[in-house]
Amino acid sequence: MSIPPDAAVREMTGSAAPPRRNGELVFEAPWQGRAFGMAIAVVERLGLQWKDFQQRLIAAIATDPERPYYDSWVTALEQLLLDYRVVRPDELR
Amino acid sequence: MSEHDDDHHHPRPISPVEARAQALEQLLEEKGLIPPGFIDAVVTAYEKDIGPMNGARVVARAWIDPTYRTRLLADGTAAIAELGFGGPEGNHLRVVENTPAVHNVVVCTLCSCYPWPVLGLPPTWYKSAPYRARMVREPRVLLREMGLALPESVEIRVWDSSAEIRYMVLPERPAGSETLSEEDLAALVTRDAMIGTARL
Repeated sequence: MSIPPDAAVREMTGSAAPPRRNGELVFEAPWQGRAFGMAIAVVERLGLQWKDFQQRLIAAIATDPERPYYDSWVTALEQLLLDYRVVRPDELR
Repeated sequence: MSEHDDDHHHPRPISPVEARAQALEQLLEEKGLIPPGFIDAVVTAYEKDIGPMNGARVVARAWIDPTYRTRLLADGTAAIAELGFGGPEGNHLRVVENTPAVHNVVVCTLCSCYPWPVLGLPPTWYKSAPYRARMVREPRVLLREMGLALPESVEIRVWDSSAEIRYMVLPERPAGSETLSEEDLAALVTRDAMIGTARL
Protein backbone atom coordinates (compact mmCIF):
# COMPACT_ATOMS: atom_id res chain seq x y z
CA MET A 1 0.00 0.00 0.00
CA SER A 2 1.06 3.54 -0.45
CA ILE A 3 1.72 4.77 3.02
CA PRO A 4 1.26 7.37 4.04
CA PRO A 5 -1.02 9.46 1.83
CA ASP A 6 1.13 12.36 2.79
CA ALA A 7 -0.18 14.73 0.20
CA ALA A 8 -3.79 14.11 1.22
CA VAL A 9 -3.03 14.57 4.89
CA ARG A 10 -1.07 17.72 4.16
CA GLU A 11 -4.00 19.15 2.28
CA MET A 12 -6.26 18.89 5.31
CA THR A 13 -6.72 22.49 6.29
CA GLY A 14 -9.02 24.56 8.45
CA SER A 15 -10.84 22.76 11.24
CA ALA A 16 -9.81 19.35 9.87
CA ALA A 17 -6.08 20.06 9.97
CA PRO A 18 -4.23 17.81 12.44
CA PRO A 19 -2.37 19.52 15.29
CA ARG A 20 1.13 20.41 14.25
CA ARG A 21 4.20 21.96 15.76
CA ASN A 22 6.73 23.51 13.42
CA GLY A 23 4.81 21.97 10.56
CA GLU A 24 5.03 18.43 11.89
CA LEU A 25 2.29 16.23 13.21
CA VAL A 26 1.99 16.18 16.95
CA PHE A 27 0.58 13.26 18.87
CA GLU A 28 -0.06 13.83 22.54
CA ALA A 29 -0.26 10.13 23.29
CA PRO A 30 0.45 6.79 21.60
CA TRP A 31 -3.21 6.00 20.94
CA GLN A 32 -3.49 9.16 18.85
CA GLY A 33 -0.70 7.94 16.61
CA ARG A 34 -2.41 4.58 16.27
CA ALA A 35 -5.78 6.21 15.53
CA PHE A 36 -4.03 8.26 12.87
CA GLY A 37 -2.52 5.12 11.34
CA MET A 38 -5.83 3.28 11.63
CA ALA A 39 -7.64 5.85 9.48
CA ILE A 40 -4.94 5.71 6.83
CA ALA A 41 -5.07 1.90 6.86
CA VAL A 42 -8.88 1.76 6.65
CA VAL A 43 -9.02 4.17 3.71
CA GLU A 44 -6.37 2.14 1.89
CA ARG A 45 -7.85 -1.26 2.63
CA LEU A 46 -11.41 -0.30 1.69
CA GLY A 47 -10.20 1.40 -1.46
CA LEU A 48 -11.75 4.70 -0.46
CA GLN A 49 -10.62 8.23 -1.09
CA TRP A 50 -9.01 10.18 1.70
CA LYS A 51 -11.78 12.75 1.34
CA ASP A 52 -14.31 10.10 2.40
CA PHE A 53 -12.68 10.19 5.81
CA GLN A 54 -11.92 13.88 5.77
CA GLN A 55 -15.55 14.88 5.18
CA ARG A 56 -16.65 12.87 8.21
CA LEU A 57 -13.87 14.39 10.28
CA ILE A 58 -15.01 17.89 9.33
CA ALA A 59 -18.59 16.91 10.24
CA ALA A 60 -17.49 15.41 13.57
CA ILE A 61 -15.58 18.57 14.47
CA ALA A 62 -18.53 20.75 13.44
CA THR A 63 -20.84 18.69 15.65
CA ASP A 64 -18.73 19.39 18.72
CA PRO A 65 -16.06 22.03 18.08
CA GLU A 66 -14.83 21.93 21.69
CA ARG A 67 -14.03 18.24 21.57
CA PRO A 68 -10.31 17.35 21.36
CA TYR A 69 -9.14 16.79 17.79
CA TYR A 70 -8.39 13.08 18.05
CA ASP A 71 -11.70 12.41 19.82
CA SER A 72 -13.38 13.73 16.69
CA TRP A 73 -10.95 11.67 14.64
CA VAL A 74 -12.11 8.43 16.28
CA THR A 75 -15.76 9.47 15.94
CA ALA A 76 -15.24 10.13 12.23
CA LEU A 77 -13.54 6.79 11.77
CA GLU A 78 -16.39 4.97 13.53
CA GLN A 79 -18.88 6.80 11.30
CA LEU A 80 -16.97 5.85 8.16
CA LEU A 81 -16.97 2.19 9.19
CA LEU A 82 -20.68 2.31 10.00
CA ASP A 83 -21.53 4.01 6.72
CA TYR A 84 -19.68 1.38 4.74
CA ARG A 85 -21.22 -1.37 6.89
CA VAL A 86 -17.86 -2.66 7.98
CA VAL A 87 -19.01 -2.61 11.58
CA ARG A 88 -22.43 -2.64 13.21
CA PRO A 89 -23.48 -0.08 15.82
CA ASP A 90 -23.72 -2.78 18.49
CA GLU A 91 -20.08 -3.70 17.92
CA LEU A 92 -18.84 -0.26 18.88
CA ARG A 93 -18.15 0.81 22.40
CA MET B 1 -4.48 14.80 27.88
CA SER B 2 -3.21 14.40 31.39
CA GLU B 3 0.34 15.19 32.44
CA HIS B 4 1.11 11.55 32.93
CA ASP B 5 -0.44 10.14 29.85
CA ASP B 6 2.28 7.61 29.20
CA ASP B 7 2.76 6.78 32.82
CA HIS B 8 2.27 3.09 33.32
CA HIS B 9 4.43 3.21 36.42
CA HIS B 10 1.35 4.29 38.25
CA PRO B 11 -1.54 2.48 36.62
CA ARG B 12 -4.03 4.94 35.25
CA PRO B 13 -7.51 4.49 33.86
CA ILE B 14 -7.43 4.99 30.11
CA SER B 15 -9.68 7.68 28.73
CA PRO B 16 -12.99 6.70 27.12
CA VAL B 17 -11.83 7.76 23.68
CA GLU B 18 -8.62 5.77 24.04
CA ALA B 19 -10.70 2.73 24.98
CA ARG B 20 -12.89 3.29 21.90
CA ALA B 21 -9.83 3.53 19.67
CA GLN B 22 -8.36 0.35 21.13
CA ALA B 23 -11.66 -1.51 20.74
CA LEU B 24 -11.96 -0.33 17.16
CA GLU B 25 -8.47 -1.49 16.31
CA GLN B 26 -9.14 -4.89 17.82
CA LEU B 27 -12.47 -5.16 15.99
CA LEU B 28 -10.88 -4.35 12.64
CA GLU B 29 -8.17 -6.90 13.22
CA GLU B 30 -10.74 -9.55 14.16
CA LYS B 31 -12.66 -8.84 10.98
CA GLY B 32 -9.47 -9.23 9.02
CA LEU B 33 -9.82 -5.77 7.60
CA ILE B 34 -6.48 -4.75 8.98
CA PRO B 35 -3.88 -7.49 9.22
CA PRO B 36 -1.80 -7.48 12.39
CA GLY B 37 1.15 -5.17 11.94
CA PHE B 38 -0.53 -3.06 9.28
CA ILE B 39 -1.09 -0.08 11.56
CA ASP B 40 2.39 -0.53 12.94
CA ALA B 41 3.70 -0.11 9.41
CA VAL B 42 1.84 3.16 9.01
CA VAL B 43 2.96 4.38 12.40
CA THR B 44 6.52 3.33 11.60
CA ALA B 45 6.54 5.51 8.53
CA TYR B 46 5.65 8.44 10.73
CA GLU B 47 7.84 7.62 13.69
CA LYS B 48 10.90 7.20 11.50
CA ASP B 49 10.44 10.14 9.23
CA ILE B 50 8.56 12.76 11.16
CA GLY B 51 8.91 12.73 14.93
CA PRO B 52 12.67 12.21 15.18
CA MET B 53 13.24 15.29 13.02
CA ASN B 54 12.79 17.45 16.10
CA GLY B 55 15.45 15.58 18.01
CA ALA B 56 17.74 15.70 14.97
CA ARG B 57 17.50 19.49 14.95
CA VAL B 58 18.36 19.59 18.63
CA VAL B 59 21.41 17.40 18.03
CA ALA B 60 22.59 19.41 15.02
CA ARG B 61 22.29 22.65 16.99
CA ALA B 62 24.30 21.18 19.86
CA TRP B 63 27.02 20.11 17.43
CA ILE B 64 27.50 23.54 15.91
CA ASP B 65 26.85 25.69 18.96
CA PRO B 66 28.93 24.79 22.05
CA THR B 67 26.95 27.12 24.32
CA TYR B 68 23.71 25.46 23.23
CA ARG B 69 25.29 22.07 23.87
CA THR B 70 26.17 23.16 27.40
CA ARG B 71 22.63 24.37 28.03
CA LEU B 72 21.20 21.17 26.53
CA LEU B 73 23.23 18.93 28.81
CA ALA B 74 22.44 21.07 31.85
CA ASP B 75 18.69 21.33 31.28
CA GLY B 76 17.27 19.37 28.35
CA THR B 77 13.72 20.56 28.82
CA ALA B 78 14.66 24.24 28.71
CA ALA B 79 17.01 23.75 25.77
CA ILE B 80 14.49 21.94 23.55
CA ALA B 81 11.96 24.64 24.44
CA GLU B 82 14.36 27.17 22.87
CA LEU B 83 13.74 25.40 19.55
CA GLY B 84 9.99 25.29 20.10
CA PHE B 85 9.72 21.69 21.29
CA GLY B 86 8.09 20.56 24.50
CA GLY B 87 4.85 19.57 26.12
CA PRO B 88 4.05 17.13 28.89
CA GLU B 89 6.05 14.28 27.38
CA GLY B 90 9.11 16.48 27.03
CA ASN B 91 9.15 17.65 30.62
CA HIS B 92 12.12 16.53 32.67
CA LEU B 93 14.14 15.65 29.61
CA ARG B 94 17.74 14.78 30.32
CA VAL B 95 20.22 14.61 27.46
CA VAL B 96 23.24 12.33 27.88
CA GLU B 97 26.31 12.76 25.71
CA ASN B 98 28.22 10.05 23.90
CA THR B 99 32.00 10.35 23.85
CA PRO B 100 34.73 8.10 22.44
CA ALA B 101 34.90 6.42 25.87
CA VAL B 102 31.23 6.35 26.89
CA HIS B 103 28.19 5.11 25.01
CA ASN B 104 24.72 5.85 26.36
CA VAL B 105 21.55 3.92 25.63
CA VAL B 106 17.99 4.53 26.77
CA VAL B 107 15.41 2.03 27.91
CA CYS B 108 12.23 2.08 29.93
CA THR B 109 12.24 -1.09 31.99
CA LEU B 110 8.72 -0.71 33.32
CA CYS B 111 6.83 0.41 30.25
CA SER B 112 7.65 2.66 27.36
CA CYS B 113 8.40 6.13 28.69
CA TYR B 114 9.77 8.04 25.75
CA PRO B 115 10.40 11.68 24.89
CA TRP B 116 7.69 12.16 22.27
CA PRO B 117 8.32 15.80 21.44
CA VAL B 118 11.85 15.13 20.21
CA LEU B 119 11.69 11.51 19.07
CA GLY B 120 8.10 11.07 17.88
CA LEU B 121 6.42 7.70 18.29
CA PRO B 122 8.52 4.99 19.92
CA PRO B 123 9.55 2.08 17.72
CA THR B 124 7.74 -1.19 18.38
CA TRP B 125 10.84 -2.93 19.72
CA TYR B 126 11.35 -0.22 22.34
CA LYS B 127 8.18 -1.43 24.05
CA SER B 128 9.05 -5.12 23.80
CA ALA B 129 9.76 -7.05 26.98
CA PRO B 130 13.04 -8.54 25.68
CA TYR B 131 14.47 -5.12 24.88
CA ARG B 132 13.45 -3.71 28.23
CA ALA B 133 14.88 -6.64 30.18
CA ARG B 134 18.02 -7.39 28.19
CA MET B 135 19.23 -3.82 27.71
CA VAL B 136 19.73 -3.66 31.45
CA ARG B 137 21.11 -7.17 31.91
CA GLU B 138 23.39 -7.49 28.89
CA PRO B 139 23.52 -4.23 26.96
CA ARG B 140 26.72 -5.07 25.10
CA VAL B 141 25.31 -8.34 23.79
CA LEU B 142 21.97 -6.85 22.85
CA LEU B 143 23.53 -3.85 21.13
CA ARG B 144 25.70 -6.18 19.10
CA GLU B 145 22.62 -8.14 18.06
CA MET B 146 21.05 -4.85 17.03
CA GLY B 147 24.02 -4.13 14.82
CA LEU B 148 26.14 -2.02 17.12
CA ALA B 149 29.36 -3.77 18.17
CA LEU B 150 31.16 -1.62 20.72
CA PRO B 151 34.77 -2.22 21.73
CA GLU B 152 35.21 -3.58 25.23
CA SER B 153 37.03 -0.37 26.10
CA VAL B 154 33.84 1.68 25.64
CA GLU B 155 31.80 2.01 28.80
CA ILE B 156 28.07 1.49 28.26
CA ARG B 157 25.68 3.50 30.42
CA VAL B 158 22.05 2.41 30.43
CA TRP B 159 19.47 5.05 31.35
CA ASP B 160 16.09 3.94 32.59
CA SER B 161 13.40 6.40 31.49
CA SER B 162 10.42 6.98 33.70
CA ALA B 163 7.56 9.40 33.92
CA GLU B 164 9.83 11.56 36.07
CA ILE B 165 12.86 11.68 33.76
CA ARG B 166 13.06 10.85 30.09
CA TYR B 167 16.40 10.49 28.36
CA MET B 168 17.73 11.27 24.93
CA VAL B 169 21.22 10.51 23.66
CA LEU B 170 23.39 13.20 22.10
CA PRO B 171 25.36 11.17 19.54
CA GLU B 172 28.94 11.96 18.62
CA ARG B 173 29.33 14.17 15.60
CA PRO B 174 30.52 12.00 12.72
CA ALA B 175 34.08 12.48 11.55
CA GLY B 176 34.31 14.39 8.31
CA SER B 177 31.15 16.42 8.92
CA GLU B 178 33.00 19.64 9.75
CA THR B 179 31.91 21.50 6.65
CA LEU B 180 28.23 20.51 6.72
CA SER B 181 25.45 23.01 7.41
CA GLU B 182 23.18 22.66 10.42
CA GLU B 183 20.42 21.38 8.14
CA ASP B 184 22.67 18.79 6.53
CA LEU B 185 23.91 17.70 9.94
CA ALA B 186 20.33 17.20 11.14
CA ALA B 187 19.71 14.93 8.16
CA LEU B 188 22.48 12.62 9.41
CA VAL B 189 20.87 12.06 12.80
CA THR B 190 18.75 8.94 13.17
CA ARG B 191 16.17 8.01 15.73
CA ASP B 192 18.15 4.96 16.82
CA ALA B 193 21.24 7.10 17.41
CA MET B 194 19.21 9.26 19.79
CA ILE B 195 17.97 6.16 21.63
CA GLY B 196 21.50 4.83 21.67
CA THR B 197 21.07 1.61 19.72
CA ALA B 198 23.14 2.95 16.83
CA ARG B 199 26.06 5.30 16.24
CA LEU B 200 26.45 7.73 13.39
